[in-house]
Amino acid sequence: MKLPKAHKIPMKNDTRRTKGAAAIAMRWIIRTGAFISIAILLFITGYILVTGVPYLTPSLFAWEFNSINVSLMPALINTILMVLLALLISIPFGLASAIFLVEYTKRGNRLVKVIRLMAETLAGIPSIIYGLFGLMLFVTAFGWGFSLLAGSLTVSIMILPLIIRTSEEALKAVPDGYREGSLALGAGLLRTVWKVILPSALPGILAGVILGIGRIVGETAALIYTAGSVTEVPSSVFDSTRTLSVHMYELSREALYMNEAAATAVVLLLIVLLINTLSAIVARRMTRGMTDGN
Amino acid sequence: MTQLKERLAQIIFGIAASVSIIAVALICFFLFANGVPAMLEIGVFDFLGSSKWRPGSEQFGILAFIISSLYVTAGALIIGVPIGLLCAIYMARFAPKKLLRIMLPGIELLAGIPSVVYGFFGLVLLVPLIRVIFNVQGMGILAASIILGIMILPTIVTVAYAAMKAVPQNYYEGGLALGASHEFCVMRLIVPAAASGIMAGVILGMGRAVGETMAVIMIVGNKTMIPSSILDGARTLTSNIVLEMSYAADLHYGALIATGVVLFVFILIINLAFAFLNRTRKA
Repeated sequence: MKLPKAHKIPMKNDTRRTKGAAAIAMRWIIRTGAFISIAILLFITGYILVTGVPYLTPSLFAWEFNSINVSLMPALINTILMVLLALLISIPFGLASAIFLVEYTKRGNRLVKVIRLMAETLAGIPSIIYGLFGLMLFVTAFGWGFSLLAGSLTVSIMILPLIIRTSEEALKAVPDGYREGSLALGAGLLRTVWKVILPSALPGILAGVILGIGRIVGETAALIYTAGSVTEVPSSVFDSTRTLSVHMYELSREALYMNEAAATAVVLLLIVLLINTLSAIVARRMTRGMTDGN
Repeated sequence: MTQLKERLAQIIFGIAASVSIIAVALICFFLFANGVPAMLEIGVFDFLGSSKWRPGSEQFGILAFIISSLYVTAGALIIGVPIGLLCAIYMARFAPKKLLRIMLPGIELLAGIPSVVYGFFGLVLLVPLIRVIFNVQGMGILAASIILGIMILPTIVTVAYAAMKAVPQNYYEGGLALGASHEFCVMRLIVPAAASGIMAGVILGMGRAVGETMAVIMIVGNKTMIPSSILDGARTLTSNIVLEMSYAADLHYGALIATGVVLFVFILIINLAFAFLNRTRKA
């Protein structure tokens, strides 16, 4: 005899059914909490846009910074340079770590446990500690001074756990059939990883990398004492630079350029929005690709 | 040949993977090697137990900063946890699908906004508001707590939401079958079952609040005394480092690094609690 499948609970009807005043009160309390969260989000983004957009003048995007135009263009270019340089370091190491953890080790391996614990520890360290570390190692001990290189190395360590975790998840999401198929055809593990697993995990890895970019763009505390706050585009990696977030901090600290700071906030907000959207699109592609593959 | 290549690849991946270990070791080494000698020179008790911070006369006591950090973190939790938890419950069990599709990216956006932007928001809106309402200077524990509470909201929501999503559906169905209301099932069955996951989210949020620097520095007032009310200006461990690092030298520099050591130890304890909670959950 075939048993009927368990019913899915009709949630919608259920929430509407009232069972006593306590249940109704509870429901409204929960709704209020959710409403406050949404209201905070809308209010902050709305406020930033309203105060900042009027000050988004063309002179704010002039190529050279001076105290009259308070241009954010050099800071924007520096941010891009910082991101590129940091990714150049953290992607190879992060991805290789993830490949090692997922493809090259067995469950319960002690080294894996240690690496994972350390990656978790790195993820929990606040950015100011990274800043101090970068200051002591790259700026002082290596004698590089405040520089693009010191800053990008610092943030590349900072986003390493994020890259490792997201790449790990992306690799794990690749169906085992892919691995088995490739190995059964006589390919070695390295070839399997390179030609089969990495291409299908690519969207997931990319989504993680994009999130990493977001963290670098928003970072201030780790950069202020490693990359410094010079407002020019650097001519070498040993020059000091300020990224957009540091730029905004310096502007609002001086209290002279609050309008320009508000405009910078808008630019930062838009970048974050763009990054989140991109990451979501790429991640969605990942899941779709997987179901197609099956 | 292929065997050699495979072996080589494994070794290279292994070395790359140990970068995390090396990074943690280096961070610990540099912090402690620079901070602990300064702490000893100042005297551990004078450093941790005194609230007199006068770099000019070589007095380095960070008790006030520790207390302020705790106040600000507690304040952030008081504001962030109830709202975040209720929001997570709503998203996990009440929200219609369409609304959820907007709320999830919304929470992500909240998590992605840079801390300077939060700080700026606090500076131009919250601080003047507190100034007008309470007739005080405005910068202080209250302003920082509110902004930090908002900043840890997405952390708490995402972790608590995932924890509640992971509770087996039959807990809920069993409750319904016994005639309990939807609200009862959620609050008395699902939330307790997800308690350790929710707790993990709260601890993660606590770590973020303790370590947050830039937003706090812009709105907490940066006074070196122990605050006597939530409206008073204060200085946290994190903001102390950034405020004075630009001109610190010798023992002053060491004292700032030592401040970082204290912060680091706090964070390690929080991390340990988080790891412990995760392990008990999996067991």
